[in-house]
Amino acid sequence: MSQEWPLWEVFIRGQHGLNHRHVGSLHAPDAEMAIKNARDVYTRRNEGVSIWVVEAQHITASSPSDKGPLYEPSESKVYRHPTFFDIPDEAGHM
Amino acid sequence: MTDQTALFEYLLRLGDNTLVLGHRVSEWCGHAPVLEEDIALANTALDLIGQTQMWLGLAGEVENAGRSADDLAMHRDVWDFRNLLLVEQPNGDFGQTLMRQCLFDAFHVELLTDLTNASDDRIAAIAAKALKEVTYHLDRSSETVIGLGDGTDESHRRMQAALDLLWPYVGEMFTPDAVDDAMRAAGIAPDLNDLRARFDTRIDAILTEATLAKPESAYAQSGGKTGFRHSEHLGHMLTQMQWLQRAYPGATW
Repeated sequence: MSQEWPLWEVFIRGQHGLNHRHVGSLHAPDAEMAIKNARDVYTRRNEGVSIWVVEAQHITASSPSDKGPLYEPSESKVYRHPTFFDIPDEAGHM
Repeated sequence: MTDQTALFEYLLRLGDNTLVLGHRVSEWCGHAPVLEEDIALANTALDLIGQTQMWLGLAGEVENAGRSADDLAMHRDVWDFRNLLLVEQPNGDFGQTLMRQCLFDAFHVELLTDLTNASDDRIAAIAAKALKEVTYHLDRSSETVIGLGDGTDESHRRMQAALDLLWPYVGEMFTPDAVDDAMRAAGIAPDLNDLRARFDTRIDAILTEATLAKPESAYAQSGGKTGFRHSEHLGHMLTQMQWLQRAYPGATW
C-alpha cells in the first residue's frame, strides 16, 4: 500500500465571498499535484475560483460512537438560540 | 507563394498540430493509469480540439473555398496534413505520452506567446485564448516528467527511453522553411532561432530536475509540417479518427 498515492480531501470556493466547501476526494502524489488533479476533476464546469487540498490523514474527525455525549446535551438548551430577545422596531430587520 | 497561400498553410500547421495531438491524447480516455490522470488527459485533449476548431475555422476562411473546420479535419488525407511528426507519434506508455506532451507544450507555450503579438488580430486573439490553456498543459506535463524522471528506477528508465525515442522529432519544430519565412516577414510568425533558445532554456531546466540526460545528437527528422513525408503512424490514426465521415460523408447529429 505504501506505493499508492495518498488520499486528499478537496475544498472549493465557488464564488468570491463564499466559504470553501468540501466537494470530494482524490489521489495524488503530493500537494501540488493534488491541486492540479482537483482542478481537472472538480472544476471542469467552472465551479470554482479557489481550491484547498488537505491530506485526508491530517483530518481528525469526531467519532460517530461519541454522538450521544458530544451532541445530545445541546438538544435541550434552546436558551442558547438568540430567539428570546425582543428587537425594538427602530432596530429594523436583523 | 502568395501571402494568402502561406497563411493558409501556416494555419493548417497550427490546427493540425492541435488536432492530431488532441486525438492522440483522447486515445487515453478510459485507459489512463488512474482516474485523476484519465480526466486530466481528457481535459487536455478537449482543449486541443477546441483550439483546432479556431485554427482550422480561420484556415477555412482564409482559403475561401467553402471548407469548414470539420471539412478540413475529416476530409483530408495524410499527405494534406501539416502537423509536426512529433505529435503523430503513438502514445506508447504513459511516460512516453507525457514526454511527448511536455516537449510539445514547451514549444507551444513559446510559440503562442509570440503569436499573441501577431500582426493579424484574428491570430493574436486565438493565441491569447489558447495560451491560458497551454500554460496549464505545460505545468502539468513538466511536473509529471519531473516526478517520473526523478522517481523510481523503473519510471526513470522509461522516461529516459521516451526522451531518447522522441528527441529526433524536436528539431522539426525549429527548422524554418518558405512558409515560416513568409509568415515572419508578414509580422505573424516568430523567429524560430529565438524560439529554440527559449525552448532549450525551459526544457534544460525540466530535464535537469527530472535527472534525465538530453540526447547529444542534433539529428532532426523532417517532413511533417511540410507534408512531404509523414510517419506511417498518421495514416493509421486518421483511419480511426475519420472513419465515420468517410463512411457516411456529411453525417451529423
